[in-house]
Amino acid sequence: MKQVNKSIPKIDGMGLAKGKPAFTDDLTDSNAIIVKILRSPHAFARIKNINVQKAVKYPGVECVFTYKDVPRNVFTRAGQGFPEPSPKDKFILDEYVRYVGDEVAIIAAATEETAEQAMKLIDVEYEVFEPVLDFEKAENNKSIIHPEKEPYTMFPMGFDPKKNIACIYDMHVGDVDEVLKNSEVIIDKIYYTQAQAHVAIEPHSSTAYIDPYERLNIITSTQTPVHLRRIIGEALGMPINKIRVVKPRVGGGFGGKQQIHGELFCALVTLKTGRPSKCIYSRKEVFESSFSRHAMRLNIKIGAEKNGKLKAIDLRILSDTGAYGEHALTVFMIAGSKTLPLYNKVDAVRFGGTVVYTNHTPAGAYRGYGAIQGNFALESAMDELADKLNIDPIELRKMNMIKEGETSEIFKIMGEGGEGTAQIIESCKLDYCLNRGSEMFKWNNKYHKKQINNDKVRGVGMAIAMQGSGIPNMDMGAALLKLNDDGFFNLLIGATDIGTGSDTILAQIAAETLNVPVDDIIVYASDSDLTPFDCGAYASSTTFVSGNGVKKAAEKMKNLLISEGAKHLQIDIEDTIFDGKLIKSKDGKKSISLKEISKGWLYYYGQGQKQIIAADSYVGKKSPPPYMAGFVEVEVDTKTGHFNIIDYTAVVDCGTTINPKLALGQMEGGLLQGIGMAVYEDVKYNKFGQMLTNNLMNYKIPTREDVPNINVEFADSYEPSGPYGAKSVGEIGIDTPPAAISNAIFNAVGVRITDLPITPEKVLMAIKKKEGK
Amino acid sequence: MKINLKINNQDKIVEIKPHEMLLEVLRKTGCLSVKHGCDTGSCGACTVLLDGKPVLSCSYLAAKADGHSITTVEGIQDKVDQIGKYLVDEGSVQCGFCVPGLVLTVIGMEKELSNPSEQEVNHYLSGNLCRCTGYVSHIRAIMKYLEDKK
Repeated sequence: MKQVNKSIPKIDGMGLAKGKPAFTDDLTDSNAIIVKILRSPHAFARIKNINVQKAVKYPGVECVFTYKDVPRNVFTRAGQGFPEPSPKDKFILDEYVRYVGDEVAIIAAATEETAEQAMKLIDVEYEVFEPVLDFEKAENNKSIIHPEKEPYTMFPMGFDPKKNIACIYDMHVGDVDEVLKNSEVIIDKIYYTQAQAHVAIEPHSSTAYIDPYERLNIITSTQTPVHLRRIIGEALGMPINKIRVVKPRVGGGFGGKQQIHGELFCALVTLKTGRPSKCIYSRKEVFESSFSRHAMRLNIKIGAEKNGKLKAIDLRILSDTGAYGEHALTVFMIAGSKTLPLYNKVDAVRFGGTVVYTNHTPAGAYRGYGAIQGNFALESAMDELADKLNIDPIELRKMNMIKEGETSEIFKIMGEGGEGTAQIIESCKLDYCLNRGSEMFKWNNKYHKKQINNDKVRGVGMAIAMQGSGIPNMDMGAALLKLNDDGFFNLLIGATDIGTGSDTILAQIAAETLNVPVDDIIVYASDSDLTPFDCGAYASSTTFVSGNGVKKAAEKMKNLLISEGAKHLQIDIEDTIFDGKLIKSKDGKKSISLKEISKGWLYYYGQGQKQIIAADSYVGKKSPPPYMAGFVEVEVDTKTGHFNIIDYTAVVDCGTTINPKLALGQMEGGLLQGIGMAVYEDVKYNKFGQMLTNNLMNYKIPTREDVPNINVEFADSYEPSGPYGAKSVGEIGIDTPPAAISNAIFNAVGVRITDLPITPEKVLMAIKKKEGK
Repeated sequence: MKINLKINNQDKIVEIKPHEMLLEVLRKTGCLSVKHGCDTGSCGACTVLLDGKPVLSCSYLAAKADGHSITTVEGIQDKVDQIGKYLVDEGSVQCGFCVPGLVLTVIGMEKELSNPSEQEVNHYLSGNLCRCTGYVSHIRAIMKYLEDKK
């Protein structure tokens, strides 16, 4: 392999470093009018009266919309494929407001100042209701968050809004209760995971304008341009052939930009005024009025024999989807379907629970997507089992974990909102990941608490994890290659690079297939008018799904070149080969270069004049999981509870790394975001449902001074169904830190923190409690 | 009101409002590398050099910059090429949104600290947040850059 498994520089890297205008706000018409949103100060209320007359008359104001002025079409902002597995429970604007920050009115004005001044002139009278702020009390609460009649789901998911239930799911294999009853050892625990904010450094940004063909053009910072076009059409009741969505560079996504944000507001304003508009969220709006990770309560029971052999796992979850149900069902299911198959040798397994509405900021897609929550419970409980049985945690995993050539019934039972897809695991190097990680980390020397001085103790913990590679039989990635008149290619892809480097690795895959330099592949991506279909950047799909699409298109291109070359050379196609530079007969006696055939024969007055284009697409028939093992060492101050993360070692099986440096970046970034969730980050509300952590001073993401020694290695692995052996690497890195760090704290000081984030305060309180103080 | 700014070595008279922050004024003059990230001076994406020293333009009144010299990456493309090469080679330009601000802070650091340790570099740059990379590739790139520069 010449072009893949090679760390070429990211193709847009230098341009971005040099600050070239590339992001939505950089590409906005300088005359764009400014769109601002009046947002609810109440967690739950009904708008009794709203008077916008004074605002409308304010000089410089272009238009104001309330719920009375916009189409009342119910939809979901989730940004998923169709039919959507999320409840359709959102209106562009509604008479009910369901969380602090929910939209009340849209206002557009010549300047930001004017819009903000005029916004103050909107009189709103609210009927305020008792909000539901404790997700454990949401079900059957007397406050019904969605009392309206329109919401529905596109397939059965237990949707019961009168009970504040967004969805219910249950599955089982075998008789869990019976197996647990007969198990020699049982771990029975409850864990809590918190809401986490995405904190992409670029805020949600969109702009809209009408082009000379009188079509609505939207440039926006999105992970899902194609789905976005469909959803905008649905919400506005407008044919989507009138809409173009362009994704420029995106300043970080992490799932946060899978959902739609200001796009609809810009669309409404531009359609009404005919003028370009832009909507850039403030950081406060990004925190309060976009999406966060689903907070969960996870009840887990593990039954095992005394020798460590697992017999049964029972995982029941309650999930908080906030005011709207974006990704309610799918995140919930992934908490089981991308954790439980790790231990595929149990006699019985059960998974289920409920996703409830509350008056919190809605939850949505977030890197890890349920797997990180499920992993915290499962891998913490496994550590508790190891402790109880006095077995080394690594050995306990090795004894029970999935191996290459095996399967899990869960793959078939649980999919993305519905049934799954059976698959045999063709690549799984978890055993290597554990062995190599343990060796790099010097686990055997460290796995017993180490007293540093009177107050400080070190401990170690570990966890394993899996994710997926796209959504099989649902999501598609397509690619189109166009040969140009000097023998170079345009690669048009719907795939959505949000900073991950997917444009680069997809160019590498095309270059590898055609055996041409990457410089001869010119990438253009994510423009709904020009690029072919792609589901977008979510579900760890791009390398695997879009990558396979690119490979297929490039193979077609190669065949076209061979066929055109054969015509020119007047030889049989079967006797013709293309080596990346020359199209030639197998004996090499007749040949023409790619440059020559492109210039003379195909495009400029040659006898074979013809445009050469190849397109193809790929839909996964399976979703091969990447796997990893994570190891962490912490140093705890037993007097204060303060702890430092000393070292995080990860060994990852993501199949072939198409670009090892970029894959490493995904892993390192994912690990630190996971560490953030484990120990720093927490979306907090006061008793009125107002978010306390609505800026970067109160919501702490890790800085570069918080970074431990991070060591990542990749296992030598090859996934037969992946492009050149690749699986995914975008999400897997985030999954292990919560459990591994909690396990390390336990190893150091003998206390187990079961609710995230693990703060020094919680550690100290637990130490005091243990000491009986 | 009008103020005098030397933006990337060009003298400009700029019309501003008294309460406007330097960030918005610079973006209006075409310095689009200066990014709006957080509104609270917490993320560093809006960093520019004011008389050679890094400042957060989102919380620096434009009026206060009257008579001063401002540098953004638009004005020092060759220098950015040198540092950027190391960042790109290490894969540390992911979404790239924070990178112009980071590069300017690195330039500020070079003037203030001679031969800084890894810890000192991380401390100096700690106001430049990045959510993509985990910072690990940043420090690899910057330490290599500083080493090779010697």
